[in-house]
Order: sequence, then C-alpha cells, then structure tokens
Amino acid sequence: MKRLSDVDALKPLTILAMFAMISSPLLAQAEIRDPHAYSNGYTLEEGPYALAGPRLLKLADEHKFWAIQGNRVEYDADSENGVFEIQGWYGSTYERLVIKFDGDVANGRLQESQTGVVWSHAYSTFFDTQWGVRLDHYDAGTDRQWISVGFQGLAPYWFELEMTAYLGESGRTAISLAAEYELLLSQRLVLHPSAELSLYGKNDVENRLGEGLSDASLGLRLRYEITRQFAPYVGVEWTSKLGKTADIARAADESIRDTRYVVGMRFWL
Amino acid sequence: MKQDESALIPHTRLSRRLFVKGLAAGGVLSAMPRLLSANTNDTRLGSAPVLSGQLITLVIAETPVNFTGVRRMATTINGSIPAPTLRLREGNEVTIRVSNRLSVATSIHWHGIILPYEMDGVPGISFRGIASGETFEYRFTLKQSGTYWYHSHSGFQEMTGMYGALIVEPREGESIQADQDHVIQLSDWTDEDPMSVFSRLKVQSDFYNFNQPVVGDFLQDASTIGMKGAFEKRQMWNQMRMSPTDLADVSAATFTYLMNGMTPAGNWNGLFNQGERVRLRFINGSSNTFYDVRIPGLSLSVVQADGQNVKPVSVDEFRFGPGETYDVVVEPEGDAYSIFAQSMDRSGYARGTLSVRPGLAAPVPELDPVEWLAMSDMMGAMDHSSMKGIDHSAMKGMDHSAMEGMDHSSMGHSMETNPLAKPSQTVRHASTEYGPSVDMRVDTPRTNLDDPGIGLRNNGRRVLTQADLRSINGVLDDDRAPTREIELHLTGNMERYSWSIDGLEFGKSTPVSMRQGERLRVILQNDTMMTHPMHLHGMWSDVESAEGDLLVRRHTISVQSAQRVSFLTTPHDVGRWAWHCHLLFHMDAGMFREVVVS
Repeated sequence: MKRLSDVDALKPLTILAMFAMISSPLLAQAEIRDPHAYSNGYTLEEGPYALAGPRLLKLADEHKFWAIQGNRVEYDADSENGVFEIQGWYGSTYERLVIKFDGDVANGRLQESQTGVVWSHAYSTFFDTQWGVRLDHYDAGTDRQWISVGFQGLAPYWFELEMTAYLGESGRTAISLAAEYELLLSQRLVLHPSAELSLYGKNDVENRLGEGLSDASLGLRLRYEITRQFAPYVGVEWTSKLGKTADIARAADESIRDTRYVVGMRFWL
Repeated sequence: MKQDESALIPHTRLSRRLFVKGLAAGGVLSAMPRLLSANTNDTRLGSAPVLSGQLITLVIAETPVNFTGVRRMATTINGSIPAPTLRLREGNEVTIRVSNRLSVATSIHWHGIILPYEMDGVPGISFRGIASGETFEYRFTLKQSGTYWYHSHSGFQEMTGMYGALIVEPREGESIQADQDHVIQLSDWTDEDPMSVFSRLKVQSDFYNFNQPVVGDFLQDASTIGMKGAFEKRQMWNQMRMSPTDLADVSAATFTYLMNGMTPAGNWNGLFNQGERVRLRFINGSSNTFYDVRIPGLSLSVVQADGQNVKPVSVDEFRFGPGETYDVVVEPEGDAYSIFAQSMDRSGYARGTLSVRPGLAAPVPELDPVEWLAMSDMMGAMDHSSMKGIDHSAMKGMDHSAMEGMDHSSMGHSMETNPLAKPSQTVRHASTEYGPSVDMRVDTPRTNLDDPGIGLRNNGRRVLTQADLRSINGVLDDDRAPTREIELHLTGNMERYSWSIDGLEFGKSTPVSMRQGERLRVILQNDTMMTHPMHLHGMWSDVESAEGDLLVRRHTISVQSAQRVSFLTTPHDVGRWAWHCHLLFHMDAGMFREVVVS
C-alpha cells in the first residue's frame, strides 16, 4: 500500500482519474456490434453509385458552432466592485476551443484576472476534459502562468462540476474546484447556488497566497429569465480566505471573510 | 444550410397568445384566393392549388408571409404554402420541371414514391442538387397510388415553406369511396432563422421547453405521495440527467402550428354536405412536430397509412410524426367540427374546421396536460415480459406463418429451423454507442406496437397504435422470409444536442449495403427518450410484429422511446438512398445513414 504522502502528491491527478472512472461508460455484458459491419467496405465517398468528387452532403455534425456566455457579470454597490465570468467557445459537438475570462474590477481598474485558453474534448456522455493554459494577472502582484488540465461536466443529480489542476513555473501547483446547481422555482425564476474552492501547492508571497486551501466561496443567486439568453439577477456571495492565505491576510491586517450583495446579469449570445 | 439567414431578420418577441394562435389574416385572404393572386408579392395560404397531368412546372422562390404579425420571407413552391397539390395518375410517366429562383441550391424529394435513385432528390446522394437559376427535370413512372407528399431536401428549406401534397390516383379506380376529398397538411412555422434555432439548442438543449419540472411540482408530489415518493419519482431522472418532459426539442415558444398553411386563428375551413363521406388526407409536413390529431364528435376511420391502403380501423385520435401520412374517412352529421392537432409536447396546436358552409366554428378543446415520460420510455420492458414473451411468441409465430400460407419453398427450410423466422430479441449495441455521443442504452427494449405513446396512454379516447394497422390484401407483395437481419440503434445525447445512429453521426458513418432484390430484416432500436420517425428512401418498410408476422407497409416508421421495431424490406432499385429521422433537426444533427443498393 502506498504511503499517504505519495497519494497526496498525486492528489490532483488522483481526483481527476477517479472522476474519469466514475463517469466513463462501463461496458455492458451485451453483445457488441461493429457499427460498420453492414457497409460491405463502402464509404460515403466510394463504392457503387457514389457521386464523383468530394462529398457534398455535410450535416450539422460537421459544422462548427460558437457561443459567448456571460455566466456572471455583477456589481456590488457597497464596495463598488464588479466581478465578471465570461467564456466563449467555438467548435464541433465534441472538440471545442474555449476561452475563459474571469476577473475583478474596482475603481475602474482590473484588479485581478484569469484568462484561460483550453481545448475541450468530449470525454464521456456528460464530461469534457480540458487541456490548456491560464494566465493570472494581478494589478498589485506578480503575474503567473499555468498549464492546466481539467474536467468539466454534469454530474448525476444535475450538479455542474469543474475541477482543474494547474502546473506553473518553479514547481507551483494549484487546484480549483467549482460546483453549481440550478433550482427552477418556475419556468423563468431560477435559484442558483454555487461553491468554489482553491488550493495552492506552494506559498506565493507576492500574491499573498499560502500553501494549501487558500479560499472558498459560496454564492446564491436568484435570476429571472426574461429570455433563456438574458436574465438579470440578485445574489449574495460569501468568501473566506483559508489556512496560510488567511494567516497572510491577518498579518497584513486585511479582512478574511467578506459578504457581498450583488446585482448582475447572465446572458449568452 | 445557412442560405436563409440573410432573408430572415432577427426575431421580435410577440405576445404569447398571438404567437401560438397566429394571425387570422391568412384565413381571410385564403377565403378570397382571387384577391390574393392579384397581389403577386404575397404567399398564397390555405388549401393549395391542384396541378395535374404529365407535365408539371414548379418554381421555387422566396415569397413573404406573415403568420404572427411580423413579415418574414418563406421559401415556397409556386408561391404557396402548402405547395401545389400534385394529382397524378398511377402508371403514368410524369415530367416535373423544377426551376430554382433562390440564391442558393435547392431540391425536391418525392416522399414515399418508388423511383430511380437519380430522381429521388437528395443533394449529395441522388444528385448534385438544383443550383441557383437552374432548372432540373425530374422524370419517373408512378408505380403506386395513394397520398404522399414532396418537400425540399436541402438545408432547412422544408421548414421555411417547401412542402406539398402528392396524390396518386389508382389506375384501377378509387377503392376508398368518398364524396369529399380534403388534403390536410400540418406543419410548423418559426419567425426565427431555423439555423439559429438549431444553434440555440446546441448551447442549451432545453431552450424551448417551458414545461420543465419545477419546485412547486415537487412540493405538490410531496403532499400527495409523501417526501420519499416525490424523491423516488425523480431519482432515476436525476441520476441519468434526463428530463421527464423532454417531449419535443422545439415548442410553441417559437413555433406557430399550421394546418394547410393557416394559423389556428386563421382556422382553415373544409366543406362538406351532411350525410357525405369525407376523406381527409392528413400529411405531417412539419419540421419537428409530432401531432396528436382528433375531430371531437367524429370517429375517424383510418383507411390508408403512408399511401398504402389498410383495413379500416375506427379511432378517436392518432399520433403521427413528420413524414407520415394517414387517410381517414369521416361521416359528419352536424354542422361544424374542429380538427384539432395538438403538438406532442402540449405547447400548442394546429386547428381547422370542417363545416357545411364557410365561416362556421366548433369549440376548440383545451390542450391536454403534459405527462411525464414513464420508466418504460427509458428502460423498455423492465419486468422481463420480453423474456417471457420469447417462448410464447415463437409458437405464435409458427402458427401464424403457417396460417398465412407463406411460401415455404422460398424459405428453403421449415420455420422451426429458420433462425430468422422472427426478429432477434438479443440486444446488440454498437461499440460506438459507448462514448460521448450516447446518453442512454436500452438493454431490455419493449416490442409492444400497441402503445399509443406518451401523453396518449389511457386518455379515455381510442387512439390508433401501430398494432392496429393491417395492410389490405395484396399490398404486402413479398412474402419471402428474410435472409439476413441488420440491427441499428437510434441514439443521441440530449445534453450535447447530438443525434446519431449507433452513436455515429452521418459524417462518421459508412453506408448500409443492400443487395438488389434481397429480402432483408431491419431492426430499429430506439436508445433515446424521444420518438423518431425513420424514413427509408427508395423502398418500402413492411412492419412486422415481434412474432415475425407482417403487418403493414410504411415509408416512415415512428419508433417510440426504448422500443424495438422490426420491418422487412426488398430493395428493388439500385443506387444510393437516404435513411434518416424525419425530425429535421435530428436528421441534420446526424441521425442519418446512406444506403447503397447494388
């Protein structure tokens, strides 16, 4: 049996691997067919009566689609801070390029942002693997670059999950976990709880992040879908710094916990 | 596929009432067709003009329509919705010249007509399509009679207005006696660009479903069946991440349902005289809508299915999917009756009136409540009744075939030893069903053809089922036993909005190869929770029971959720043919196969 510390070192990958197993289709005992067994070796382009030249008939399965999704664009009147979480994607059903852009705005300035560019690959019925890079920008701090590998999808009972492991310069590692749920109060009124958790493998003094669990947040938003593509909301977000990150904040005489009341809109194009 | 985008301006929101019921204007205008034809800019709506003879000329162009208060461009044939009704004669050779005045390519497919593959009208399979500005000449001999239809097979043109009735009169004279004969073509219209409707589903597959389970439903269940019961009712759905109200991808949230090109408020009107036998040729020419049709106060005698005569069966109601047709005979004695066709998801309806004189109306029923899909729609025959059925049905199959006097010599050996005497009940999933393209696999499918389907079970009305349909003598003209069996599974992933066969979309698929003249069994198993109207071009689909008894000849077979249906076919005509789900969005998403007959 492995020592616990080995397992800990592998934790990000272990979590992902475990999830891969859970969500991967288990082969049933039923007899399995070859889907091309009836083709007699013919293809869409070749064989008797095929039209000459390249294939003309291309359906939506070979088309590319795109969307821009503003999951959170919100404002806290007390602190005059804004938060946004926008992502765009382009691609097919199973392979997509995804750009994720999250950030905090205060006093008209971008305080902090994370920009991720990932290749999203449909791994199983409900889950995608996401490989890519992320750039963290700190207005007062040091920018960090990461390569990332993650899992995103829909778990049983309709929980939307996102788990990403990061590897940065000088052996830095990080993990982020997020979960969301949507509770339909009516066909248009939706209660939307969410939770997020971040971990870092190393202290990052410049950005005032400590090793281990660094921060957690819980959100509860109530939106009204004027259309399915445009929904204003009100919400509350609790955030808390944890562990060594909290210690660093305490030492700097900063608050550890925060409650923000927000108004915002959720949209997609 | 994107050809309509430039023509259709962005969607404006309308009051829901107007949206669902539409404008009455279409009705007013169509009552005065002369007035309409004076205005050459508008699309003619209502009962379509009839074209007959051996030379037909069709012109495809964009013409304006206004179903909801907003003017939109439709893609029309000879400027009408529905397109002209073609009344042709069995045995005649017909030449149909189709001119394309669109800016993009087009095509016309003669749905259900047996003809050479080059005339079948599927761009990229049977021919190259009809380019902008070109005229294509279709020429074929009609070897059948009955009610059929024709429509574009290019992109989403069918959805924007390109559909019409095609009636082939029997050479030997009509065996179905009727004093009146009305075509009733049902369709669905959206003011939006069909491609943007599709794209929205790609982002959010329940975009148009406004009948989703909400917290209030849960609380109501909790108060009636208890907290535990309410949880259990939802457990399977929640675990599988499926919606129990996923009954249609596109609803009245964007669709206006049409009867002969008329909105419900427009109220299409068909006339009769009291005491007459009235034949109604129902054609589902919609893009994405299953209709449940009834005429309160009248019994419907179903006399034809997909153009082929059946032994008359009396029902109160029938469900049909895009591509299917039913001819019914009614004998009205009153003054006015509503023809009521509610969409399967109960979000709206098409409606018209049968009356003794114009302008009458009868009460319009309320929409039925939305019924949750049942466990049998997901799991099939969970109680292993299919297992019990094996022994039982094997015996039945033998008896029946003996009674029907099948050609033993052609089978080469007795039924007892022919393993293909009845359809295989062993479920064989394709290896490609185990991946991201598939969200459900049914291991114990149901083979019950006597299920009217979700929303129609035990509704107090006599509803037509597939088990009720029997071709009249002589229709099923090939009594050979099949020499091989192929099995295909209808698959999809609702969350990703992808549709496929055996987990492979069209672009990843290979053709199904058939030998000319062979007798072949096809088993279609539906591994999804939606009903799919599967249309096989170029040859008939002779539906059989689970016991292997031939029942009825169709060109489009609706396979219900978790159901396993088998049919026999004989490909007489060589070439490449299309085979697909006739829900236009499912077809376009990839639930489509090519067939090679050689």
